[in-house]
Amino acid sequence: MILEITTTYQPATDLGYLLHKHPDKLQTVALSTGKAHIFYPEASPEICTACLMLDINPVELVRSRKSPSPTLQEHYVNDRPYTSNSFLSSAITKAFGSALNGKCNARPELVDTPMPFTVKLASLKADGGPELLEKLFGPLGYATQFEQLPLDERFPGWGLSKYVNLELRHTLPLKALLSHLYVLIPVLDNDKHFWISRNDIEILLQKGQGWLEDHPEKEWITRRYFKNLRRYSNEALLRLAGEEALAPEEPENAVTLNLHQQRLQKAFELLKASGAGSVLDLGCGEGKLLKLLLQDGQFKKLTGMDVSFSSLQKAKENLHLSDAAPALRERLSLFQGSVTYQDERLSGYDALAMVEVIEHLDEERLPAMEKVVFGLASPPTIVLSTPNAEYNVIYQKLQAEDFRHEDHRFEWSRPEFRNWCEKVGEQYGYRVSISPVGPEEPEVGAPSQIAVFTKK
Amino acid sequence: MRSPYTMKDIKLPEIALVVLVGPSSSGKSTFARKYFKPTEIISSDFCRALVSDDENDLDATKDAFDVLHFLAAKRLKRGKLTVIDALNIRKEDRAKLVQLAKDNYALAAAIVLETPIKTAFERHAGRTDRNFGKAVLEKQFDSYKRSLKSIKHEGFGYTYFVDTSEEQTIVRQPLWNNKKEEHGPFDIIGDVHGCFEELNELLQTLGYLVEKLPDGHYHVQHPENRKLIFLGDLVDRGPDSPEVLRLVMDAVKVGKALCIRGNHDDKLQKYLLGKDVNLAHGLEKTVQQLTNANKEFKVELKAFLDSLIAHYVLDNGNLVVAHGGLPEEMHGRAAAAVRAFCLYGETTGEIDEFGLPVRYNWAKNYRGKATVVYGHTPVPTVEWLNNTVNIDNGCVFGGKLTALRYPERETISVSAKKVYEEPVRPLLPEEPTQALSAQQQQDDLLDISIIKDKYLVETGFGNRVIIREENAVAALEVMSRFAVDPKWLIYLPPTMSPPETSPLPNFLEHPQEVFQYFRKNGVNEVICEEKHMGSRAIAIVCQDPEVAVTRFGMQQPAPGIMYTRTGRRFFDNPEHEQLFLAEIHRALTASGFWEQFHTDWVCLDGELLPWSSKAKALIINQYAAVGTSALNGLAQTETALTKALARGIPVEDLLHETVAREKAIADYVTAYRNYCQETNGIAGLVFAPFHILATEGKIYKDQLHTWHLEQLKNICAFNQVFLLSTNNLLVDLNDEASVKEGINWWLEMTEKGGEGMVVKPLEFIPTNKGRIMQPAMKCRGSEYLRIVYGPEYDLGENLPTLKQRSVKMKREIALQEFTLGLESLERFVKKEPLRRVHECVFGVLALESEAVDPRL
Repeated sequence: MILEITTTYQPATDLGYLLHKHPDKLQTVALSTGKAHIFYPEASPEICTACLMLDINPVELVRSRKSPSPTLQEHYVNDRPYTSNSFLSSAITKAFGSALNGKCNARPELVDTPMPFTVKLASLKADGGPELLEKLFGPLGYATQFEQLPLDERFPGWGLSKYVNLELRHTLPLKALLSHLYVLIPVLDNDKHFWISRNDIEILLQKGQGWLEDHPEKEWITRRYFKNLRRYSNEALLRLAGEEALAPEEPENAVTLNLHQQRLQKAFELLKASGAGSVLDLGCGEGKLLKLLLQDGQFKKLTGMDVSFSSLQKAKENLHLSDAAPALRERLSLFQGSVTYQDERLSGYDALAMVEVIEHLDEERLPAMEKVVFGLASPPTIVLSTPNAEYNVIYQKLQAEDFRHEDHRFEWSRPEFRNWCEKVGEQYGYRVSISPVGPEEPEVGAPSQIAVFTKK
Repeated sequence: MRSPYTMKDIKLPEIALVVLVGPSSSGKSTFARKYFKPTEIISSDFCRALVSDDENDLDATKDAFDVLHFLAAKRLKRGKLTVIDALNIRKEDRAKLVQLAKDNYALAAAIVLETPIKTAFERHAGRTDRNFGKAVLEKQFDSYKRSLKSIKHEGFGYTYFVDTSEEQTIVRQPLWNNKKEEHGPFDIIGDVHGCFEELNELLQTLGYLVEKLPDGHYHVQHPENRKLIFLGDLVDRGPDSPEVLRLVMDAVKVGKALCIRGNHDDKLQKYLLGKDVNLAHGLEKTVQQLTNANKEFKVELKAFLDSLIAHYVLDNGNLVVAHGGLPEEMHGRAAAAVRAFCLYGETTGEIDEFGLPVRYNWAKNYRGKATVVYGHTPVPTVEWLNNTVNIDNGCVFGGKLTALRYPERETISVSAKKVYEEPVRPLLPEEPTQALSAQQQQDDLLDISIIKDKYLVETGFGNRVIIREENAVAALEVMSRFAVDPKWLIYLPPTMSPPETSPLPNFLEHPQEVFQYFRKNGVNEVICEEKHMGSRAIAIVCQDPEVAVTRFGMQQPAPGIMYTRTGRRFFDNPEHEQLFLAEIHRALTASGFWEQFHTDWVCLDGELLPWSSKAKALIINQYAAVGTSALNGLAQTETALTKALARGIPVEDLLHETVAREKAIADYVTAYRNYCQETNGIAGLVFAPFHILATEGKIYKDQLHTWHLEQLKNICAFNQVFLLSTNNLLVDLNDEASVKEGINWWLEMTEKGGEGMVVKPLEFIPTNKGRIMQPAMKCRGSEYLRIVYGPEYDLGENLPTLKQRSVKMKREIALQEFTLGLESLERFVKKEPLRRVHECVFGVLALESEAVDPRL
């Protein structure tokens, strides 16, 4: 919530010229919500410190928001007024806009003059661990120092928080310093709170000019800047690489198939091989499998079901259902439902698919699903996949973000999955065959496992 | 034209499809308007105009008739008399309508308008709205005349030929099966099959005085004036059918009994009428027994059998009796298919290994409001399924003769004296008796159709709750992904409203407004209960783990369950759940609860403390994170401002604000810390129950809150480590001193960091002038509110801003959820099908997804 910029450049008070802010005054600028104050706790020829203090009223922040946030408690009890991440970039633009853009009419020669700076940021949220700070600022030449805040000193067992007091030292032009802060500070906070638009690509490219192209973490920075929205980040990355943006969709080929796509591909092949003409995708999510199946004329009737209404909305968008031609709408439909309720709409298909669904059910609710899917819907073919728990040791070497979905209620080893498949097959009269999905590792097998149940 | 069939009165059944027949300009529309309600008439001209804006557009005929059939079908389905105003002069057009009536279990009636062709021509000439020539009209008259020959044999239950120049009288007749005005109480008796001795004994057991008069007739009377209903199949197979008939006929004649037709009675009638019937399946015995009967008896018998109706709808539509059972869409209908169903039940045409028809279990799919009592297929025991019950326990096959008392729903049986006939199919099931009842087996899975679309719950507390589809959508996800097995979910607690905001400058909420609300609603005394700093928890405790199977229909024995306000299992670790339930069980047992309440399970409503045990992630990620970042950020800001101030920069105001904010944050940290206690396994957890919701067969909505707390205090005393009784204070709202005491009590608690209190009228379901009011209201402490409204909620202009809030919607939802919750318990203790319980519980969850300010 406060940024302190200190310089020992001689005379240090030149900082005031560069920032266009008089060292002996309190100055206030309005932000979209709240205010920012600029004042100097010290200002002598030897040392000069400018402070940018964010003054955000948490109640106003919530009241002024146009769209209500879906998360409940988050509204009023929120770290945003107190951290240095969310509002700092816009405060820098508002308060130090000329300096950021390299303008100084009074002393133009100062703009490109490297000066020794010490920057302090209080309560900076560093999502993804403080070691990230070094990774981000190190390559740009900063000496970094930080202190990580405890969550609550009364409860040491809770450990450290994601907030740090960060100190950066470097000699460089102020313009460069501000553009680094402008891009990297919000990137540190994974809960970025402003709306992402195509316009943000321009801003990122502009502010990152001259340094982001060569930054070793540029991919991560870009991705995070767009809050992992692939479409935009890919475009931005391509443009950073000096190319014009092409089609926003990633080309899919054997090399880029990630695990999920491999799984879908496998499910597709198995469904195709079953000869099914009509397929119901249970837990269709955003419709990726359906999209794959649609391309094949063998599938005359395709239906997606999911328990999450918002996923279905996304599927509807992804599949362009609302403006689809009648022939397509006849072939493809979606509905909300649940595999733990008996549902006549599940009957009459040649095949059902359940790709990575069962592990999202509590294990004690599985018998209900078995009855609904195997007992009542009882199609000729069921294709069902679930992660292989044994493979998780391989994952642990990977980055935190690539860990498996936190909503998994259970993960089965290969023998556990086989036992369950055989038990269900026995009970409901299905033959079962299981195959691995993804690269197989010795001892632990493949990341996922897929079973085909064929009615006896 | 002269017709031999002209009559004075046109008698029509109350539910009928009335088909007007006559060429154009024969006066059909005029006739319809004169004798029927406008909404009862569907005219083809009108439908043609509906789809094409032009009554005469012949291109639109097909679509127009689609609409006409659709509208007629909807009306008939709802049991509404419907008049079709169309030419209907061709046999094939009428056939479609007859079929439509049949499909909707309604009778079809034809009214043929006999208008001389001359009159029609005159009328036609005078019309400007008909654009066809005379030739067309002539052609219509030809087909009309031709069709008149066959109309009597086209399946119309009634056919009338009407001279439109004469005044007519239309008489609407109630159907024979409509006995809605009969309210009982009844004793309904299953298939007697000539077992006179057992019948006599059963009647005595039921308290009837049965007297045989010297002339052989019977006099049957119940001291409480109860009425008998016989479910048919009085005769065949058994030892003394004539005597059974004698008794039943005498009782029916004097209005002490009703009797419906069974397939055996039907066959006997056919035999007596001289029709060719196969003397088998016990009829041969009856015929044999009747040889000595006198002529008078036989005449009377024929009349009696002729009078038998296939089913009755009784008690305002709440009770239906039919020999073979009856699905809802057939209740109160007269049609051949309905009669056949009543007599023979539902069959698929399949034959089982004993050569008997395979019965399709219509009751499985029955969802009607009316209780259906039936017989026909002998079953070893009486089992309810979806509000239907088969009480034929196969007396004649050596089983039992059973009576169902209505409305009590108790069954009373007498055993057969002997096996009068060997059953073709063994009466007893070969497989060992199932642990779960038929209802529980069926309830193993709930059908999504009950909650998929918008639905209504009648709560029996005078309100009906509408569950909107958009809310059901959200609830389905939560219910499917997080909630426990629906069989455990017999209740979800309602949300609770805070008071209107306080006019006092430093308070957002204050007891004054709570007391005022209840005083305004005519309440004299309230109970203030300490609001526990935990999470709402519902505990179901079984006296014996087997109860989970026998009463709750679970597959495995279990000690019970504890779940949250959204139906999630409270404990992630099943071992902890078992240990904790054992602690509650111990206290219940030690206090003698099971004996005192005559129950083997209980459902308790309470709070589980500390809050951090359930909400630790939230506290750490949300509350502690905000606290530490704010304290640090503000402290650094204060330092910088202090330095600037020393330089003479005018930052006094900023500095003061910053210091005030720091204080607010520190208070906030203190507030959330109050909710944090380290727990280890179940050590450190405490359950504070405040309602005894239900035990076997009973819910405790009539007991005062003082009773609930007293009972629970007694139980809690037996386990002071894991159970906590709730501190409370009675406040007399008419006594200023008492109100003051209530306010001080709240101030004292909340100043120490307490969450606040919940204020309730003493009655569990409080009403004012017949209207139900908020059953409880929370009043939260000023420090606690920092967790809800943010650390700085009371600084500067924030409090006045935050006071602009409305509790109206919250209160409406609170009431709806409250009544739904009680209704679900009520249904569960009455052993209603699970779907009836689930629709209430699901409704609570759906209402919770309504967009109400979550801070209220």
